[in-house]
This record gives sequence, structure tokens and C-alpha cells, in this order.
Amino acid sequence: MTDKIFRVNMTDLSTSIEDVPADWAGHGGRGLTSTIVAAEVPPTCHPLGPNNKLIFAPGLLSGTTASNSGRISCGSKSPLTGTIKESNSGGTSAQRLAKMGCKALIIEGQPQDDSWYSLSLTPYGVAINKEEELVGMGNFAVVETVEKRFTDKIGILSIGQSGEMQMSAANISVKDPDSHLRSLGRGGLGAVMGSKKIKFIALDAGNSKVEIADPDAFKAANKTFTKALVDHPVSQALGTYGTNVLINIINEAGGLPTKNFTSGQFDGHEQISGETMHDLIVERGGKPKHGCHQGCVIQCSQIYNDLKGNYKTSGIEYESIWAMGADCTVDDLDQIAEMDHILDDIGIDTIETAVAFGVAMEGGVLEFGDSDEMIRIMTEEIAKGTPLGRIIGNGAASVGRTYGVTRVPVVKNQAIPAYDPRAIKGIGITYATSTQGADHTMGYTIATEILGVGGSADPLSKEGQIELSRNLQIATAAIDSTGMCLFIAFAALDDDTCLPALVDMLNARFGISLTADDVTNLGMSILKTEHAFNQAAGFTNLDDRLPEFFATETIPPHNAVWDFSAEEIDTFWNF
Amino acid sequence: MQVQVKLFAFFREGRFIKEDRELPEGCTVGEVVDTLNINREEIGVLMLNSRHCQFDTVLHEGDICAIFPVIGGG
Ligand code: SF4
Repeated sequence: MTDKIFRVNMTDLSTSIEDVPADWAGHGGRGLTSTIVAAEVPPTCHPLGPNNKLIFAPGLLSGTTASNSGRISCGSKSPLTGTIKESNSGGTSAQRLAKMGCKALIIEGQPQDDSWYSLSLTPYGVAINKEEELVGMGNFAVVETVEKRFTDKIGILSIGQSGEMQMSAANISVKDPDSHLRSLGRGGLGAVMGSKKIKFIALDAGNSKVEIADPDAFKAANKTFTKALVDHPVSQALGTYGTNVLINIINEAGGLPTKNFTSGQFDGHEQISGETMHDLIVERGGKPKHGCHQGCVIQCSQIYNDLKGNYKTSGIEYESIWAMGADCTVDDLDQIAEMDHILDDIGIDTIETAVAFGVAMEGGVLEFGDSDEMIRIMTEEIAKGTPLGRIIGNGAASVGRTYGVTRVPVVKNQAIPAYDPRAIKGIGITYATSTQGADHTMGYTIATEILGVGGSADPLSKEGQIELSRNLQIATAAIDSTGMCLFIAFAALDDDTCLPALVDMLNARFGISLTADDVTNLGMSILKTEHAFNQAAGFTNLDDRLPEFFATETIPPHNAVWDFSAEEIDTFWNF
Repeated sequence: MQVQVKLFAFFREGRFIKEDRELPEGCTVGEVVDTLNINREEIGVLMLNSRHCQFDTVLHEGDICAIFPVIGGG
């Protein structure tokens, strides 16, 4: 099918299918969502008002047989950070959208009454329907009911109660191949969907397929690409232990933020580690290895069962386990899995919410380590929208302001994730300069600083860190446009056949002739587009800073502080 | 001299998680790896007292030596 833009206006409840403008044609995923946000969203608009837009785009290779290409991008102006935002997730939606020929779905406007709606997409267009039954329900009930209404093959994007209540940490949930959930997380895009009064989006691609310009060349390139992924030892470790293999190594390196960022090591690290989790999963008949979408050959996801061997949660990430675990000093994996499940159901970001809990613990709202009270607050306060629930559901900065806490680990209002920037300095540059607030995935310097992939850099030294973060942020923006999972980067950094094969696949898919330089330039231009949007929204270089306490409070065991000067940080944008 | 050796991920299989070992003076991290029958090619990261180190780093009394295979995440 020829790719089209699907547009939905929620003010007058109209829909249209449009040709792809020439200067959007080479874009997909993050490159496309950011290009559209920059072109169509007034930078100073209120993120939850009628002038913001919500954009979904599959990656350039999504819907094809390319390994690990099923990632979806969602873009908007973020209600949490006020910056441009692109969130990225697995699940089945990217493949459904690509197959139905939807290059991007743009949702604009806002209903003028209190009604709720759902959208239903097919290759022929979009239908807007009133929704009553599912309003107020969690994501798991939404998936179950929508599958009954359509078929279990349907792709689903939905919001839980937190999105309906427009909390700044709300996610958009994405159904995975087993009818479980993945999340378009960070930055509160679920609140934007809630502000448009859309409870869920159903995606039915029927039997449509993506057209490939040169199928033989595509197949050959995919074979090389897949081999590079499968052969890389990091891929093998990810399949066995998941991303949670990082707990022990980040703890050993002294960079595991613990007890609201007051220590770099957690006494309970072994109990919540990837090694312990792997053994528990196997013992209880779960699956240590699982893909978030069809075609993933790395399979870092997993199925975690409870003590009785019943399904509890899936796709639980290192960052989530760190946030609910070390940052809140909870050393019980079953409690963490329970919380992960609850937060998926409410549809709220695990990192933001758990870091908010850490700040609340410091503010005396509850005790450090009290996971029972965390669970009560999640189900009784956040899901129900009580005042305390909304304070936490609006993120770590919201809790800090409300309870007078000064140790609030955020950049541009977004919670800093699982790597302390005093002990692992390169990642601090990524947190400070990212176009979307603190986010490790924007330029994952940990690979080089800690894991020794793509060279090495001393995590406690400033040397080379700005360049490292810049190069990785550029590469990441490009990868996020292809629909590829970011974990292809480990193979791409070490194996010379990986990236050329990826470029070959892009060329074979579209009948074009990109070079590796074109891909780097694409990454640079995406970053610049995003940066320009933020500047027009009122952000300056003074926003590219870490919270004050990182420079004034040392973190054990290395007793390091954040020591980059403002001038040094600002050189990041010299490209 | 006494040195604490820690192993991670699949290096633990058939070995141990953490062990205090009696080692000769001047022993290097690489020699510890060899005595554990771990192939040096499988090594991802070596740390001595929470800092990255090399195979030829010399150990001292009371050191903590952590040995990781090639791993990743994010
Ligand atoms: S490696 Fe993990 S995140 Fe990436 S596509 Fe596979 S399951 Fe999804």
C-alpha cells in the first residue's frame, strides 16, 4: 500500500487520509513524529490543550521482516517537561500501522463536551466511536474487552486511569503479542491522549502487507543484520537475564542510586538482581526469554510468575526494578513485580512514579522500604485520583514541591533514571542535554563507561564524555527513526557488518541509496529540530543543568560529585 | 593475602557468587580469572574495588575483585 497520513480532529470529530508531504517521506518513527510536532504544534501551547497534537508513527522498517524492527514512536509536547517528546515502545502496534499503510496518525483538537471516544483504524481509514463501558478501567480490562469486541489479532493503544486524569507521568500502553502490555513511557503522553478524550485506539491491518522495492536485497541484508545481532554476546546475556542483569554491575561500580540518591550502592542488590530474577522465573515455570514484538531475535523481555506459578508481570526492566527497589530501598522482587503490574494497569510510568515515591519517602509521606504502603497508595490513591495520588502521579518534581524536599532528582522536571551522574559522568551529560529531560535511552553512555562496549571511558572522569554523549545521542535519534529496538546498538557498536546491513535494508525497502553518512546526518538534523522546538518553547542553555545537590552532596562509595561546569555542558551543542 | 572474588551472571554456574581467596603476593586479576577456568575471551568487565581494571592489575590484601562476562542492558 502507498503510505498515507491518517489525521483525526477531535474538535469536530472529522477524519481524513492525506498524501505524505515530500519532505516527510524520508522520515519514520522519531524523525517523523518530531518533524510533525515541529511543523504543526505551536511550541508555547499548553500540552493538554486543543493546540497540542499526539502523533504515532511506525519506524521506517516496521512491518517488514527485518529483525527487531517493530518499535513505535509517539510524539507530542510533553506535559511533564514542556519540551518536545518522543516515546518509543515495542508491542504489535508499529507493525499493524505500517502494514495498513499508515505512515503517521496525527490526532489534533479536543472534544468540547465530556464524552469519551475510541478510534478504530483499518487500511481504509479511521472511525471515531463514543466510549462508555471502558471509562475508568485499567489497561488489562481494556485489552480484554477490546479483543472481545474485535478479535485477539487486533493491535491496541490505550490509557489507564492515570491517563484519563491527565497525570503528567501517564503512559500510553501498547498490547504485545501475548495480550500483555508494553509502554510508551516517560513524559506523560498518556495525559495528552486523555486530554483528547481517547480511551483506546484499535488497529486492524487485515491482510495488508508492506511493499519492499527490492525483496532479494532486503532478504540478504536482513540475514547479515540478524546474524550480527544474534552473535553478539550482549544479545545472549539480554535473552537470559533481561536488562536487569545491570543491577549488580551498576551497584559494583558504585553508581546505583539508592535511597533517593543518597548512596551509590544498595545492600539488597543481590535480592533484586537479574541473576536472582532469572532463577526465580525458571523455578516458577515462567519464561526468562520473551520478545516484545514478533521478529525480535534478542528477546530481553520475560514472563514473571508469582509464587504459585501464575502470571504476574512481563517485560520488567532494570530501570523499573531499580526505581521501585534500590531507590525506595525495597529488596523483594515479588513486591516489585506486583507494583510493576499495578502501574501497567493504571498506565503510569514506573521510573517517574517510583522516583516520586523515593522523594515522598524523604518528605516523610511514607517510610523507606515500605512496599505495602506503596502498593496501597498506587491502588487506593493514584488509581482513584485522590489529592496524594495526583501529587505522586504528576511526578518526582511535583512531590518535591509539595513536601518541601530539595533532593529531587529531575532534569526539566523528568525523573533521573537508574545511573547516578556523579559516579557515571557521561550519562549526566545525556541527562542534562537531552531534548526530552533526563532519559538514559537518549544517549546510553553506560555501554562505553561501564560495559566496555564501543570502546571504554572512565566513568569517574570527565574526559571524552561530552563527545561520547553527543555521538550516541545522534546515533540514537537515527536508530529511533528506523523502528529498530535500541538494543541493536550493542552489535552496531562492535560489529562492522551491522550498520551497513541496516542501511542496505532501508535502501531495499524504499528503493533509495542512502549512505552511512546520510544516516548520521539524519540523527543530527532530528536533534536540531527538537532543540529548536524547545528553544521556541522558552528553554535555554540554563535548563541543561543537573539539580544543585549533585554538585554539593558526595555519593559513596566513590564520594564523587557532579563537576562539569556550565560552559563545558554547553559545548554539547557545538555540531 | 586475602582477596574477595565476586562472580556474576553465568560465570556463577558451577562456581560461586562470592568467595574469600588466599592468593600469593603479586597475583594479578588475570591469574585469578585463569585459576577459575574462565576463558579470558569471555570476560566483559573486570573491577577492582569498584573501579574498572585490567588482566595485569596486581591485587593487594583486602581487595575486592569483580568478574563479569560481556553483558548489557539499558
Ligand atoms: S530486545 Fe527487548 S526491547 Fe528490544 S525488541 Fe526485543 S524484547 Fe523488545
